[in-house]
Amino acid sequence: MGVSILGLAWRSLMNRKVSAFLTIFAIALSVALFLGVEKARNAAKSGFDNTISGTELIVGAPSGQINLLLYSVFRLGNATAEISWAAYEELNARDDVAWTVPISLGDSHRGYRVLGTNLSYFDHYKYGQGQPLVLAEGEEFDDLFDAVLGAEVAKALGYELDAPIVITHGLGAGGFSDHENRPFRVVGILRPTGTPVDQTIHISLEAMTAIHVGWESGARNPLADSITEEMVRSFNLTPKTVTAAFVGLKNRATVLRTKRAINTQMSQPLLAIIPGQALAELWQVMGTAERILLAISAFVIAVGLVSILTSILTSLNERRREMSILRATGARPVHIFTLLVAEAAVLGFIGAILGAVLIQVIFAIAAPILSAQYGVALMGTGPGLVDLYTIGVVTVAAFALGIWPALTALRRSLADGLTVKL
Amino acid sequence: MTSPTVRLTDLRFAWPGQAPLLAIDRFELAQKERLFLRGPSGSGKSTLLGLIAGVLESSQGEIRVMDQDIGQMSGSGRDQVRADHLGVIFQMFNLVPYLSVVQNVILPCRFSKRRLQKVQENGGAETEAKRLLERLGLDDEALQARNVTELSVGQQQRVAAARALIGGPSLVIADEPTSALDSDARDRFIELLSEEANQTGAALLFVSHDSSLAPLFDRAVDLAEINGAAE
Repeated sequence: MGVSILGLAWRSLMNRKVSAFLTIFAIALSVALFLGVEKARNAAKSGFDNTISGTELIVGAPSGQINLLLYSVFRLGNATAEISWAAYEELNARDDVAWTVPISLGDSHRGYRVLGTNLSYFDHYKYGQGQPLVLAEGEEFDDLFDAVLGAEVAKALGYELDAPIVITHGLGAGGFSDHENRPFRVVGILRPTGTPVDQTIHISLEAMTAIHVGWESGARNPLADSITEEMVRSFNLTPKTVTAAFVGLKNRATVLRTKRAINTQMSQPLLAIIPGQALAELWQVMGTAERILLAISAFVIAVGLVSILTSILTSLNERRREMSILRATGARPVHIFTLLVAEAAVLGFIGAILGAVLIQVIFAIAAPILSAQYGVALMGTGPGLVDLYTIGVVTVAAFALGIWPALTALRRSLADGLTVKL
Repeated sequence: MTSPTVRLTDLRFAWPGQAPLLAIDRFELAQKERLFLRGPSGSGKSTLLGLIAGVLESSQGEIRVMDQDIGQMSGSGRDQVRADHLGVIFQMFNLVPYLSVVQNVILPCRFSKRRLQKVQENGGAETEAKRLLERLGLDDEALQARNVTELSVGQQQRVAAARALIGGPSLVIADEPTSALDSDARDRFIELLSEEANQTGAALLFVSHDSSLAPLFDRAVDLAEINGAAE
């Protein structure tokens, strides 16, 4: 039957489709940007916090807490020094220590880091909420020259079980410093974890020692090639040093005391860090950038909202006639006011909803690409409370901004009376 | 039946900072009377209509519409009187561009309970709107469905007349509604408007500068004659 004020607002907007569409589009884009930043930020943070779990302490040579975390967990950067095997054994023998996982880094294969460790790694290294590493195919390494691949390594390089791998000395792209005389065989491939484990090639500590027989000077000794595999296997392959160790305690409550003891009372100087603390400190460094990004995207929403103002204010001049017709047919000032405020709120509401939908579409398209290309799993980016809040806040803000053109129209329609000369 | 639809007593009006525009000691429009108010442009006709319609406030004097002293009323009180009792037809551009023909006609029923009730007694707003349109010669369904901006000026003015008449207002104010029409269309429009005003029982206050229209009405008044402020 009749048309409600909201109906009038809607029809009036549809009468100015292009302008209304552009305004809604601006709002939608700004809301999508804001929600995208907010969701990606949370996904990154939760992915980041879930990189390592169940490990109470990480112990390495003294450097810095973030440095140790970066190279031991994120495979970023290099250890400036290593810890001796004797120190590792001393650590492992402590009464308050339940388990230790030694790790040895430094070599690579086609850009992916190689990690030497022992079988306890597969038992004790946890990520997420305590999820263990699980083999998708094959088994853990058993023979000296066995390798277990992270999911992304296998996928990106197209390796299957039994594929041969040649490890490169150091972190080069491969070539003249390859350990080509000691090829490895892929025996296992891990399931994806969304952590740096996916980008790691795991071999035994003994293998790490074995491939460096003849490399003690840091480069290949001309005699290295003359040492046969049989000879290598006969050597004592206990490593002289390891890069770091993950440590689990018998009683979590002693973590601070144990940490202090390791930092101060060992025969070799060591650095023990609590992963959670180090992660928090590292996130603070990145968090500043992330908060700035969030602030910028909030400002973009403000710009989007101003576009509502612009579009309504510019429409007012050509709509004086419309207002005076409404007044003449009995519309009261409150009707005129409501009409314009409703228009602003409708623009904000539809724009915000479209923005929330848009970002879901973008994530739906981007998630498989991100996960395939970079092994980044975006978790918790689905629709949530933050979308509702954002839609609510944008609508209310648009409503509030609508008061300005509404008052302008009101003042004019009162002054114009019935006679607008066009 | 005795009190007039409009009665002005000692009305004075001036725009801020300007010389007095209107000084009308006495003016009456009887119920159901069809009055032609003549005056050249700038003589204060539109201002007078604004005062009667309650969108302008007089500085002095009494304005009674439907026996209510609207000069003493608040803005919202005057709005209510206008919504309930007045139909207005402008010179041109009478229609809300984004509403259909029928929606334009029933617009006053949205703002006045009284008019809504009246049309509901007659079978509902839409039925009443179509009936009025039909009587004003716009009975074509296809035409009623058209976008109002596609109608000819004559058709638009008849839609505006239907809107002014819906819900049985007591007074229809027409401000130069025929100035954009040719003489044939103009005479037919005035005829239809008078007839329908008569039918619904509304008084008609028709304002124009064109004296040749005067014979089509019950009575003709020259604004210059009643306005003491006019030179």
